[in-house]
Amino acid sequence: MVPTSFYIFLAALLFTIGAVAVLFRRNTLVIYMAVELMLNAANLAFVAFARQFEALDGQLFVFFVMTVAAAEVAVGLALIVTIFRTKHSVDIDAMHELKG
Amino acid sequence: MLFDAVHNAGPTFFHLAPLAVFIPLLGATINFLFGRRLGERGVASVAVGAAAVAFVVSVLQWLSLQGHHEAVTVPIVEWLTIGDFQVAWAQRIDTLSVTMMLVVTGVGTLIHIYATAYMHYDVRYKNDPRRYARFFGFFNLFIAMMMILVTGDSYLTLFVGWEGVGLCSFLLIGFWYEYDILGNPSTANARAAKKAFVVNRVGDFGFLLAIFTLFWYFGTVEFEGVFAKVHEVAAQHPNVLLAVTLFLLLGVTGKSAQIPLFVWLPDAMAGPTPVSALIHAATMVTAGVYLITRSAELYLAVPQAQAAVALVGGLTALVAATMAVAQYDIKKVLAYSTISQLGFMVAAVGMGAFVAGMFHLVTHAFFKALLFLGSGSVIIALERAHHPLPDDPEAQAVAGHHGHDHAAHHGEHDAHHAPFDPQDMRNMGGLLRRIPVTSWTYIVGALALAGLPPLAGFWSKDEILLEAKHLQPVVYGLLTAAAFLTAFYVTRQLVMVFLGKPRTEAAAHAIESPRAMTGVLVTLAVLSALGGFLNAPGVHAFGHWLEASLPEIETLPFNLTVAGISTAVALFSMALAWSLYRRVRAWEAWQHDPLEKVLGPGLFDFLRQAWHWDDFYRAVFVQGYDALAAFLAHTVDWRFWHDWFHDTIVAGTYRRLSRFLARPVDLGIIDRIANELAGSVQGLALVLRGLQSGFVRTYALSVFVGVVLMLGYLWWVIVR
Repeated sequence: MVPTSFYIFLAALLFTIGAVAVLFRRNTLVIYMAVELMLNAANLAFVAFARQFEALDGQLFVFFVMTVAAAEVAVGLALIVTIFRTKHSVDIDAMHELKG
Repeated sequence: MLFDAVHNAGPTFFHLAPLAVFIPLLGATINFLFGRRLGERGVASVAVGAAAVAFVVSVLQWLSLQGHHEAVTVPIVEWLTIGDFQVAWAQRIDTLSVTMMLVVTGVGTLIHIYATAYMHYDVRYKNDPRRYARFFGFFNLFIAMMMILVTGDSYLTLFVGWEGVGLCSFLLIGFWYEYDILGNPSTANARAAKKAFVVNRVGDFGFLLAIFTLFWYFGTVEFEGVFAKVHEVAAQHPNVLLAVTLFLLLGVTGKSAQIPLFVWLPDAMAGPTPVSALIHAATMVTAGVYLITRSAELYLAVPQAQAAVALVGGLTALVAATMAVAQYDIKKVLAYSTISQLGFMVAAVGMGAFVAGMFHLVTHAFFKALLFLGSGSVIIALERAHHPLPDDPEAQAVAGHHGHDHAAHHGEHDAHHAPFDPQDMRNMGGLLRRIPVTSWTYIVGALALAGLPPLAGFWSKDEILLEAKHLQPVVYGLLTAAAFLTAFYVTRQLVMVFLGKPRTEAAAHAIESPRAMTGVLVTLAVLSALGGFLNAPGVHAFGHWLEASLPEIETLPFNLTVAGISTAVALFSMALAWSLYRRVRAWEAWQHDPLEKVLGPGLFDFLRQAWHWDDFYRAVFVQGYDALAAFLAHTVDWRFWHDWFHDTIVAGTYRRLSRFLARPVDLGIIDRIANELAGSVQGLALVLRGLQSGFVRTYALSVFVGVVLMLGYLWWVIVR
């Protein structure tokens, strides 16, 4: 059986990639994908620990996270579409003013 | 305070006496407050009415005193109560005060009537009803003050009236404070008023000292109380009475224009002529004579003071008469004459001839009022001819006669020569035919003044000379010499004004005054002619009347020698003046005064300048005073107080303090607190503004860093 530390390491790697992408990429869609990546890294950690401790709490949380992520996608994509309509760009730095 | 109850058989009107003060006061108030709306006629009616009521009240007092001659005290109000010292304002009605009341209100009413017309024709009047009302307000106020003076039953009450009439005198001398006689801008009248006021202050200072001394040694200032204690105080403090009487004499020299304080009276002629007649001839200036007569008990106890008073009076009579002979101004002659005649009165009351002095006061009031009013009539006659006013049809008609000539002459006059002076006797001549009523009444008054029998002046002057011969031979000599000069200047004036040919255009076209004025002149002329019989030898009604108010009067029998000498002196003097001045009649224009040739120009000018008395005072007192005032004003006030004390000390300290407060305190502390506060907020805002850049990734980074830090902290806590 694969040791839990491998999963944790992978989750940390995924989270780091996601975090770095959020910080460094300017494309809103990419940032969005990176956020998803971070959420899924957390999910992976939850599932890994649930397997190790043979408890269902972690798996249960994963479902919550997925539900929230789905809702977030619905809202987030709508926002991105609106941003694109006003700014004609998906560059996140174009959205640095309150005026619009 | 106990007052004598008013008790008498038969009708008495003593309770009406206060009306003599209050009705004129009321008249003055009405004219001051509503004169503008009353119009000329209304103002005149109120003023004359008030004076006439005062006269009626005086006559009623006279009637009331017929039954018994004792003094009656009419209380008006409790005035001062300071510890045991009490002064009430009460009126003392006795034969002496009633005599003064009758003269003041009687002559006063006549002069009021005269003034209603006179003021109308004054070129400066210009139909300003406020000016008219103000004049008559002052006039009525003067009557009220004079009533307070003569009826007061204490020296303090008398002093109130004394100051009140002084005030009215000041106000009326300077009545035309902004114009000279012809209506040109000038401050000469205001300066004359100031001079009269200041000179009178010197005399009033003496009067005040007398009152203080009386208060200190007698404990009272009421006449009765003072006279009752005369012998007691004389025994204890022999010099007190001398001091009081001499202080009073100083007061008298101020008010009654005696040497050395007479200098204000000639200048007081700056006032309108009715003022000169009422205040500066008939009534106010005789207040000093009244004061000495009232204080008879004091003076009789101090023979030295009596001698001093008599000598002052005699010298004044002579000195002023010498000044009168060289004057050209018709009113100045009368002014010096008044001083001289007041000298006669003061000499008389000084040597104890109180009845003679008071008698001369009464007759002098008649004939000097007549002369002043006559001179006013002459002045107005010339003024109206010279400056025909648009609302004066009579003057316009006369001006029409010689219209073109006059206008041309007038224009040239104003351009090249000294302005026409309607008071200068050199501009007159031949007025007898132009203004006969004024002239004839004037002549009656002048002859009464000269002392020709049987006119009023003869009897009163004769009585003074008779008493003087008996009591003070030196003064008799002085007075006889003065009488000689009196007849001289009177004749000189009559010739210069009324006889011969008119010497100017204005004199040739002089206009007789209206009936309100000539009627008064005629009335006074009758009084001047017949007034002497009040106390003529054998009648002595006046003497018996005054006996009740005066101590120990002895009447000297009529002395034919004295009367003969005085008449002869007067006639000789008039003949002398006639021989000198009869040439003036033929003159077309003025040449040198004949007297100047006789006396020499130096002496004549010396007399004309009133012995340079004013120059002497100017050099001795006024210049020193001016220098002191200039020193106080420029050096002490301006340079010391203003420049140094105020600017350097007060303002400088203040400035330094404010500079300290402004710079280190305000700028350094208070402003700095505010600025630093604002600056730090601004700085903080600058820092915080950087945080909110709007770049989402920056926010994300900060969230990330925050999470890392928090996790790091938690890790660090748990591991520990």
